[in-house]
Amino acid sequence: MTGAIAIGLAAGVLAGLLGVGGGVLFVPGLVILLGLGQHQAEATSLLAIVPVAIVGTYTQDRYGNVQRADALLLGLLSLVGAAAGVAFANALSGAVLRDAFAVLMVLVAAQLARRALREDAGSTSDS
Amino acid sequence: MGRSLKLAVIGTLAGLFSGLFGVGGGSVIVPLLVLWLGYDERAATATSLAAIVFIAGFAAATQGIYGNVHVLDAVLIGAPAIGGVLIGTWLQQRLPTRSISLLFAAVLIASAAELLLR
Repeated sequence: MTGAIAIGLAAGVLAGLLGVGGGVLFVPGLVILLGLGQHQAEATSLLAIVPVAIVGTYTQDRYGNVQRADALLLGLLSLVGAAAGVAFANALSGAVLRDAFAVLMVLVAAQLARRALREDAGSTSDS
Repeated sequence: MGRSLKLAVIGTLAGLFSGLFGVGGGSVIVPLLVLWLGYDERAATATSLAAIVFIAGFAAATQGIYGNVHVLDAVLIGAPAIGGVLIGTWLQQRLPTRSISLLFAAVLIASAAELLLR
């Protein structure tokens, strides 16, 4: 139980700090620290994302940043894709899905590192 | 391509990505809103978050049909994550995020290696 709370807190802090969503941290945390299977970790991550996204949306909407009509349309038009993605995930074995997820993590890491190094290059000119 | 059609394409791709990997789909939505619909980064992130409420909620419900959702674990990680986001947003104004980004990228790669070696 303390493991789950620690994963949630760490994922939230990093999401707020770096703008990387919770899922990419929830899933490996659930697999590595709590021993869930890949399918169960992904499913549980999806449910945990909902309250975090609701609070984030509420905060952003107060600043007037949410384009409500587009968000609603995007959300509704994603439902078929989401159902297909879940069905596809469940058609794959846990091992294949886990390896694909590991590749996704490396891509997110590369994107983060590239962004950080670009900011680094940008900041040398002001110092 | 019309605006609604673009939103339909972005939504479908994000839904597939979210359902397949158990993530929100923001890494698909944000760049496409910027590139295709001329959003600025802040509005893209905010609008993406609102769409993710629907996407992740629906994908979680579909996973529930397969019996994969551990509701108690979801509550145990989701509730502290809300507090974590508030802390992270506060820290963002006060810490050098680029070294944290690099450190975190290293943690992700180590976790990926751990998953691959299982």
